[in-house]
Formats: sequence, C-alpha cells, structure tokens
Amino acid sequence: MYDGGKIIAGLIIGIGLLMSPFFYNAGKAAKEPERALTDKAKQAKQCVMDKAYMTSSHFSLLDEWRHTVVRDGERYYKRADGKVFYKSLQVTCMDCHSNKANFCDQCHNYMAVTPYCWDCHIAPEEKK
Amino acid sequence: MGIDRRAFLKIAGLSTMLGLGGKAALDVFAPGEVEASTKGVPLTAGKRWAMGIDVRLLDDKVISEATAACHRHHNVPDLASAKEEIKWIWEEDYEHSFPGHQHEYVGDDIKHAKFLLLCNHCSNPPCCRVCPTKATWQRPDGIVMMDPHRCIGCRFCMAACPFGARSFNWGDPRRVTRIPELIAKNPGFPFNKDYPTRSKGVVEKCTFCVDLLEKGEQPLCVTAANKIKKGSFTFGDLSDAESSIRVLLRKRYSLRRKSELGTNPNVFYLI
Repeated sequence: MYDGGKIIAGLIIGIGLLMSPFFYNAGKAAKEPERALTDKAKQAKQCVMDKAYMTSSHFSLLDEWRHTVVRDGERYYKRADGKVFYKSLQVTCMDCHSNKANFCDQCHNYMAVTPYCWDCHIAPEEKK
Repeated sequence: MGIDRRAFLKIAGLSTMLGLGGKAALDVFAPGEVEASTKGVPLTAGKRWAMGIDVRLLDDKVISEATAACHRHHNVPDLASAKEEIKWIWEEDYEHSFPGHQHEYVGDDIKHAKFLLLCNHCSNPPCCRVCPTKATWQRPDGIVMMDPHRCIGCRFCMAACPFGARSFNWGDPRRVTRIPELIAKNPGFPFNKDYPTRSKGVVEKCTFCVDLLEKGEQPLCVTAANKIKKGSFTFGDLSDAESSIRVLLRKRYSLRRKSELGTNPNVFYLI
C-alpha cells in the first residue's frame, strides 16, 4: 500500500471525528420522563384500557376512536368491566389528564414526536 | 337455408364487440347520469334527516340567535373579512337565496324577506363526489359529514357546492386570539371548550349538529329559533311518514334552493 501510514492515520482521525458525538454524550442519556398523574386520574385508578396498553399504544386507541366517532358515529366506548365512556380526546381524556404539559408534552418531546392533535382540539387550561 | 357454424360465430363475435363498445360509449358520454342514478336513490334504512324553515316566522332576532347559537357552539370565529369568512349558517336576501325564482312583480314581503341558509345536506351531494380523500361523505342517515382529519384543503368540494355552504380556513382560526382588532370581535374564543376549532387549510361547514343528534337532541339553530318563535324551525326524519317534518311538508308549500340542479336539498323553506 502506498502511503499506508497517512491513510491509516486519516482513517483513524476521520472515524474518531464521526464518533465524537457519541463519546461526547456518553453516559448523559436524557432521563425518561415520569408520567405525572392528576389527583383525578389517580382516583380513577384505571384508564379505558390497562396501563401497559395505554403507555405503548394510546395513539392507536385514539386513532380508532376518532375514526369510529367521526366516520361511523359511534360515540360511546365500553370498557372491559362495563363502564361506558364518551369517546372524546378533548372532553373525556383531558378531563382526567388535565396536565397536558406534564402528561402529554413531556413524553412526546422525549420521543421527538409532534402529534397535531392540538392544532384543532383545545387543550385544558393549566396553571403555570 | 339457415346459417352455418362459421357465419354464426362471426355474427356472435361482432355483436359482442358492439355490445361492449356501446356500453363503454354510454359511460364516456354520460358518466354523471350513470353515477347519479345509483347515488341519488335515498337510503331507506334508518333515518333521513331534514330541516324545514318557516320563512314567515324568520325575523332579525330569530336569525341572529340561531346563528349565534351555532357559531358559538362550533367555535366559528368572526374574521371580519368577506374573503376569509367562515360560515355554517348565514343570512341572505331572497334574490340570492333563490336565483331563478325572482321576478320584478314579486311582492315586497318576499322580495325583502331575509332567509337563513346552511348546508342543504343534499341527497345527491356533488361535494362528496369530487372529494379525492373521502374527507366529506354522506352518512346513511343523509347527513353530509366533514372529517377535518382527512381534509387536504384542495377545495374541490367548495367548487362543487352550488350553495356556497363550505368555507375554507385560509389561516389558523385561533389567530383571532392574537390579532388585536379580531380579539374584540371574538371575546373568549374558543367559545366552547368542549368542541374543537379547525386548523389552517381545511374546509368546514354545517354538520346538522351530528354530535347532538347522536345524543338524541335537536340541532342548535332549531332549538334557539324555536325558543323565540315556536315552529320557525322543524327538524325530523323524512323516512317516517308521520314525523313532524313530513306532516309539515304535506300541509305547507315549500321551496328548496336550486332544486333544478338535481342535488336534492334537504332544507325546505316554507312559504
């Protein structure tokens, strides 16, 4: 190999530069935000589905709700134990989870997702 | 002598081709007719919602209260601009409500009467036919619904609607809380914290208060108007021959806007 030393040195420097953000941020991972529950949510104990499902797939549920409500006119949801809920993000979900900043936004920021729910739906007023 | 096998096959092949070509030609020359004949058939299952508005009982108070009840519930902002105006229900004069009906000898009481216009929830809605995303469609109960989640803002439906019942959001409707001259016109916007606003780039219109109908209530304009003048608005099920609206339509003569266009409007103006 001609100029082997230079090439290898260049490669080491180049890879080092590419990896530098990883070394720089090593051990400084952003902490997973903790879900803050309002007193009302705590008292209710259970959401419309179990906690694991709501954590991982609440958006699927919301998507299904908006579809069935807007397109099929099915406005009520029956939980496994028989309790009936009015299917509405703005009226039902945000009634318990009225702390949007700590309940929705915090986690969405952490996951770097920007759902457009609030372009139209009105967020509950929060005390700053 | 009868025809032989070869001649028979020739004739059969030729007539099949002609038959196919003839059908295709029909479709090409009259697509509207073919579609209309299947779409225009009113569904008999369930209900068919319709509204009757008694023109004789419409006055300024009824008109303003019915409009306010609707626009406040549905968070319809006053944008103080004819170009950007959002309207679900609005006042119009006779000449523009019923073009084609007017002539110079019409009596002053009708000529200068004020009408309340809204989406006609046509039985044969042209807006639904042109929507490329099915963001607007006709429910089995006849209501022409709007799904803003799906609307891409192409405004084909606005071009298709002959009644001007659809409005486009040229900007974020919540700007009325930021622009000083609009704040004064919309105190407390969004008026109803339990109903969404719309976003920039979607079309909106009257929904016959579908959220209330599904709770067993009447549309807001009907309730508000009847509080002031009982019987000014009638809302009911066209598929039930004894419903209030059917009884009224049998008893009184009614007009529909631009019925000659064949969209089959479901808002009746009782003369």
